[in-house]
Amino acid sequence: MEHLLEQTLNGLQLGFVYALIAVGYTMVYGIIKLINFAHGDVFMIGAFVAVFGFTSWGLPWPLAILVAMLACAVLGMGIERLAYRPLRIKGAPRIAALITAIGVSLFIEYFTSLDFVFGSDYRNVPRVLPERRWEIFGVSINNVQVLVLVTVLVLVVFLQLVVYRTKVGKAMRAVSQDMDAARLMGIDVDRIIGFTFALGSALAAAAGALFAMAYPQIHPFMGIMPGLKAFTAAVLGGIGSIPGALLGALVMGQVEVLTAAYLTTDFRDAIAFALLILVLLFRPTGLLGKTAPEKV
Amino acid sequence: MRKEMLLPAAAVALLYLVLALLRQAGVIGIYWGQIVDLALITTIQAVGLSLIYGFAGQFSLGHAAFYGLGAYVAAFITRTQGGTPLTFALALLAGAAVAGIVALIIGLPILRLRSDYLGIATLGFGIIVKVMLDNADKLSPVLGGARGMAGIPRLTTFHWVFWLAVLTILIARNLVNSSHGRSCIAVREDEVAADIMGIDTTQFKTLAFVMGCAMAGLAGGLYAHLYSFLHPSSFDFLKSFDVLLVVVLGGLGSLTGTVVTSIGWVFLLEGLRDVLGQQFLDWRWVVYALILIAVMIARPQGLMGGKELSLDMLLRRRAARGGADHGAA
Repeated sequence: MEHLLEQTLNGLQLGFVYALIAVGYTMVYGIIKLINFAHGDVFMIGAFVAVFGFTSWGLPWPLAILVAMLACAVLGMGIERLAYRPLRIKGAPRIAALITAIGVSLFIEYFTSLDFVFGSDYRNVPRVLPERRWEIFGVSINNVQVLVLVTVLVLVVFLQLVVYRTKVGKAMRAVSQDMDAARLMGIDVDRIIGFTFALGSALAAAAGALFAMAYPQIHPFMGIMPGLKAFTAAVLGGIGSIPGALLGALVMGQVEVLTAAYLTTDFRDAIAFALLILVLLFRPTGLLGKTAPEKV
Repeated sequence: MRKEMLLPAAAVALLYLVLALLRQAGVIGIYWGQIVDLALITTIQAVGLSLIYGFAGQFSLGHAAFYGLGAYVAAFITRTQGGTPLTFALALLAGAAVAGIVALIIGLPILRLRSDYLGIATLGFGIIVKVMLDNADKLSPVLGGARGMAGIPRLTTFHWVFWLAVLTILIARNLVNSSHGRSCIAVREDEVAADIMGIDTTQFKTLAFVMGCAMAGLAGGLYAHLYSFLHPSSFDFLKSFDVLLVVVLGGLGSLTGTVVTSIGWVFLLEGLRDVLGQQFLDWRWVVYALILIAVMIARPQGLMGGKELSLDMLLRRRAARGGADHGAA
């Protein structure tokens, strides 16, 4: 029983990290219907900047995470400005933007693996906090887990406030409902899209930083699998919906950790994706997705 | 119809003779010969995805899984049954058939999903297949699992690859120009409208998916016997993206675009190796990604943008404009 609870806690930690990445995917998709494949690489850059922050630059860890978030917000906006906006202005088909996103993803991965950037080696991340463990009802929990859970909760509440309580959040929701109508109401759509990328990228950077603390090894290709899983989580929950992304991420984290603990480690990824296909067969737009009737 | 086919048939035969002679004479060495073979294998695989996505509009991100299935099935047969031309032919056929049958089984339920959801479901399927291949040694030690499968007889020759590529393109072309193909295109343009017009959308989506995946399986069998070594990482989701971007760059709904881009793409990757030299080899993928982004921004509709390139058209243009060529490749 204790073992099960401990594994559930591990799954919760992983699911929380996925959740931070997944909301970025889902917000961008909700607004411009683009699967931003470069999002996983923004997560990777966030991890690197944060690790540089608390190792080479000697920043305290909350500050290092903030610096990573700021850097990635700028990076996310830059990617949108340079790669996706030209396509949007041309009225290019959605698939062109998707291929461009794959191009941006490959560019970031291979550029950062060059020797004078990050290099392609795996780097170990030194411990940020001295390890501490507590026993609660016989379940062991360590301080990194607490840190991950608390930070993610704070950020999700912050995101909720931005999206539902601010003017720019209202504009974001308006643009995702109807871009043309939003433009007619005087919303600067390009600025809102840029802001969405910045917000999503900052959260991905925080996820990267937390991931590096919890699973202390980083390398330029580390973003691919978490990015894919987080995206899958967003689809599982119903892409375009922020609560859906959170729910999907929690499910994904639990499934991954529990299958590894009780069923099989070899087929762990296969089971996570088989679950996705199964859910889609019964709910073709995900758990919390809207099923809008098709207009002809 | 007969008369119109004469010129292209002659052109294909001529191309075959020239390439075969150049290889016989050693002008195209072993290294570049393999690149030519790989380019044609990529063509077979990409024509398959072109049917699925370019013509029937079904977004598949799991094409490499079927390529891998075909490769492993074919390689398993020649490894265990001996590498004669007859077993090779049967192995290729079996690879294509298994890929097609798996596509039918998985396609019937998941082709009901729309656009991006279908893409993610096929992506998921691709990852499942990759994990299965990683653990395939538990099924039979011959398959090698995560260590890779070695010792596959090198049976793929230029003749096999060339004529199978021609056959694939012919099948695809005939399908696209048939009433079945028209139905597929109708599904791509507007699934609801096609349904209302009395087209059995499920049937045509499945048809295109099964045919396309069988072609990927065929290409996989050829690939397995070209390099004599298979590894599951050659069939992960990044490989599915490779085929997808070939099809999109070529222009959706253009077979000739797909063919030209497949060949151009393989040569671009190898060409970059030569141009950059040993010292800047690490830059290869960086440059490649930049080219990809630049091409996509410059021509979002793909190089051919849904149009077909034909000999007739080329000749006529040449006559009319004195050699102004189409800017393909």
